[in-house]
Order: sequence, then structure tokens, then C-alpha cells
Amino acid sequence: MSAIDPQASAKPMIAIDNISKWYGPVQVLNGCTTQVTKGEVVVVCGPSGSGKSTLIKTVNALEPIQKGAITVDGIGVQAKGTNLPKLRARVGMVFQHFELFPHLSIIDNLMLGQCKVLGRAKDDAHDRGLKLLGRVGLSAHSHKYPGQLSGGQQQRVAIARALSMNPIVMLFDEPTSALDPEMVGEVLDVMIELAREGMTMMVVTHEMGFARKVANRVVFMDRGEIVEDATKDDFFDKPRSERAQTFLSKILAH
Amino acid sequence: MNYNWNWRIFFEPSPEGTGTYADMLLSGLSWTIATALCSWIIAFSLGSLIGVLRTLPSRGAQRVGTTYVELFRNIPLLVQMFLWFYVVPEILPGSWGTWLKQLPNSSFYTAVICLGFFTASRVAEQVRTGIETLPRGQRMAGTALGLTTWQTYRYVLLPNAYRVILPPLTSEFLNNLKNTSVALTIGLLELTARARSMQEFSSQVFESFTAATVIYLGISLIVVTVSSKLETRIAVPGSR
Ligand SMILES: Nc1ncnc2c1ncn2[C@@H]1O[C@H](COP(=O)(O)OP(=O)(O)OP(=O)(O)O)[C@@H](O)[C@H]1O
Ligand SMILES: [Mg+2]
Repeated sequence: MSAIDPQASAKPMIAIDNISKWYGPVQVLNGCTTQVTKGEVVVVCGPSGSGKSTLIKTVNALEPIQKGAITVDGIGVQAKGTNLPKLRARVGMVFQHFELFPHLSIIDNLMLGQCKVLGRAKDDAHDRGLKLLGRVGLSAHSHKYPGQLSGGQQQRVAIARALSMNPIVMLFDEPTSALDPEMVGEVLDVMIELAREGMTMMVVTHEMGFARKVANRVVFMDRGEIVEDATKDDFFDKPRSERAQTFLSKILAH
Repeated sequence: MNYNWNWRIFFEPSPEGTGTYADMLLSGLSWTIATALCSWIIAFSLGSLIGVLRTLPSRGAQRVGTTYVELFRNIPLLVQMFLWFYVVPEILPGSWGTWLKQLPNSSFYTAVICLGFFTASRVAEQVRTGIETLPRGQRMAGTALGLTTWQTYRYVLLPNAYRVILPPLTSEFLNNLKNTSVALTIGLLELTARARSMQEFSSQVFESFTAATVIYLGISLIVVTVSSKLETRIAVPGSR
């Protein structure tokens, strides 16, 4: 245990510095810069195809970038010596389509990363897995398989799976957009609780209710650029760019 | 047609002097099974490796996989059998070549290697298809958890891919079993070869080949039954 660095709290957990990305000739990210500090919840929104998923996936190097740099907890994601599996293990990720491992039971889904990546003993991983299932309200389902759960339940398991690695930050890519409307709430509730507990979160979502409740900042993207990066209140009350205004009026209309 | 049916021929001694014709066929059957199983072990492991290579992000790995598959899938099996048996020992360094030629049961080893490499190209294609049909997000989810590429294949992609491709893999297994008969051309005394010598010695052509046919069908039936049992056993609860 080292002494607490007084500067640590000021250092960003995620620092995205002027990154650009191309798919072949097509540029999908253009000079994006933003930061997420410890304990902060940042919501990323924007029209379809604006590059939100791509941006969030560059943070744990699921998508490579061609320009710029990203650091997570001070570690350069693109730096030569970085052990990517180790870095990714500390960054939880939740996908739009859950992506639970269908051939593993729920508890095994929660144990795989713990045992194979963190090297935890089975008993330990099992206990922690059960505790997390309790936290997302699914203790009774530990021996079922993903295909036997509803979408909302699967997404809560996916969140628990990410948490099983004791991440320092959590990334969410539209975690509720593949869900039936009646299941959105149960997933958002878990996320809200997580935010209130102080988890650092970067969340791509169109759930503006969630943003209003727990976000500290909102990043608005359009055509691969970060058009607006503002505190929650500034973003909702006085968006500067016309594009953000149009987007907000559309999304808040329904 | 004037044919003398004689089903009791199987219990008559064969001119080889070591037992009945039935014993002769059974010895052929055991070579067939041994060849099929040993070559399948090679085909399955090498085929899985090659199939995985074709799904890796690395262009180089993909190219190695594609070259293997195109090479071994497109040369007729019979030609491959001759290449392994007659050509390979000649082009090996002198002492190795001689060692290979003098090896007891060399036609068995050659058949195992040849069938293993040939069937591997077909298994590889199934494995590749199986991996490619999985949702792209599965690989991402494994990677995002911190699993290495190897671990992602081992614990996430392959267990799901094998479940998807069990039916076509079963038919590749049966093809491999039937292809063992090609090895009679390099002198392996497997079931078909034995049925043929029985027919030559006894002139009971129908009995000989009926027996061979029934045995091949019998094994296929067993394989299919085992495979469908396996399919139910490994089926994931709640899928489909
Ligand atoms: N693998 C790929 N190859 C080529 N282009 C891609 C690929 N993935 C995404 N794109 C393109 O990159 C751009 C950004 O995509 P991205 O998925 O990041 O958008 P998004 O903001 O997440 O959209 P959505 O709200 O629909 O999820 C889009 O124009 C998309 O067509
Ligand atoms: Mg997206």
C-alpha cells in the first residue's frame, strides 16, 4: 500500500487526447478529446453512426486508433509495453447485446474472468459471483443459462460479470437499447446504484432520464467529432451548438 | 445368373491358414477402425488449429490457413496417398527415407498421416465457419474481460463453435472412415482390401461385399447414434 498521492484525484481516470480513427478511407473519429475523472459519470450521446460505440471501444483498445493517445489510470493504451489483457481486466464493459457466454451457466459466466484472468481460486470466485448476483437481484438464477433469462436479466448479469473483475472504471455501450421497454428500468436502476456508489462510468445512452439523474457531464458527438462536452446542467439547459439543440429537441420530444 | 450362394463361407478356413474368412474380415475391420480413429485425431487437432488461423486478425496467419486448406482439399485423395507413400520417402534425406520404407506397417502410418492431413483441411473449413457464425460481440466480450486471444478461443469461441458444427463434423468423421478404403492402394489390409481378397480366394463375390457393406453401414449407424447422443448432452439449456 503506497501513500495516497495528493494529485491522484485530479488525474483523469480516462484521458482521451485528440484521437482519430479511420476504417479504410472513411474517418469515423476526428480529433476527439475528453476526460473522465475518478468517480465521474459521463454520458455520451449523439445520432446513429456518429461514432459513440467506436469511441468507447477505443478506451480498452477493442478498436485501434491511428492518431492521438488514450490513457486509463495513467497507463497508455497504445503504449508499446502495455499489457492489454491486464489493462482490459480493470476496465469493465457492458454491451448492447449483453454478450453473455451462452454455453456457461450464469455463475460460470461470472467466474470465468475471475479464475482465468485474475487467477482467483474457484471457491473465492464462486462466492464473489454469488454476492454480485445478489446485488443485481438475481441470486435465484445462478445455475440457469443465459438463454433462459429475459433480456433485462441478462444485461444485469452482464453488469455483474463486468463487476466481478473489480474494475476501476465501467464502460457501457447502449446497455438498454436492445431491451423491451418494460425491462429498461431494472437495468437503469442497477446502473444508477452503481453511479451512486462512486463508480467511474462512461455510458453511451439515449436515456436522458438516466443522464439527468446521475451524469456529471454529457459528451455529444456528431459525425465522428465531439461537438459538445459540458456539465449535465449546461448541456440540458443551454446547449451551445445547433446540432446538440436539434438532437435534444428530437430525443426529448418522445 | 447361375450363382452358388454360400453364406457359410464365413466360417470356412481362409487359405491364409490363420482362421476363417470371418476372422479375415474382422482383422480388416480392426485396421479400418484403427486408421479412422488415429487419422481423426490428427484431422481434428490440426484442422481446428488451421481453422482458427483463418479467423485470427493477423493476415499472415490467415494466409497460412488458406494455403493449407486449398492445397490439401484440392489434390485428389488417391494422389495424396501415392505422394505420401512413394514420393515422400524418396525426397527425405537418405537415411530417413530408408527408415520410413523399412518401417513395419508403413502403409498404416502413411494412411494415418495422409488421411489426417487431408481431413484436417475439411475440418478446418467447418471450424472456421463455426467461429464465423458466432456473434462478433462474443470475441469482444472475451477480450474485454481480459482474456488473451488464446483464452478467448479456448473458453468462449471454440466451445460454442464445436456445438454449432457437430453435425457436419460427424459427416466429416464418416467421410474419413470411408476414405480409409483408399489406403488399400498402398497395401493396407483394411476392410475393403480384405473383402476383395476373400472374393478372390473363394469366388463368393456377393457374400464378401455384402459383408463389407453391412459392416460399413453398421459402423456409420453407431457413429450417428453416438453423435446425436453427444449433441443432446452438450446442448445448452435455453438455446433455440
Ligand atoms: N467495422 C466497421 N467497418 C467500417 N465502418 C464501420 C465499422 N464499424 C462502424 N463503422 C462506421 O463507423 C461509423 C461510426 O459507427 P459507430 O458504431 O461508432 O456509431 P454509433 O454512434 O455507435 O451509432 P449507433 O447509435 O447506431 O450505435 C459509422 O458510420 C459506421 O458505419
Ligand atoms: Mg453504437
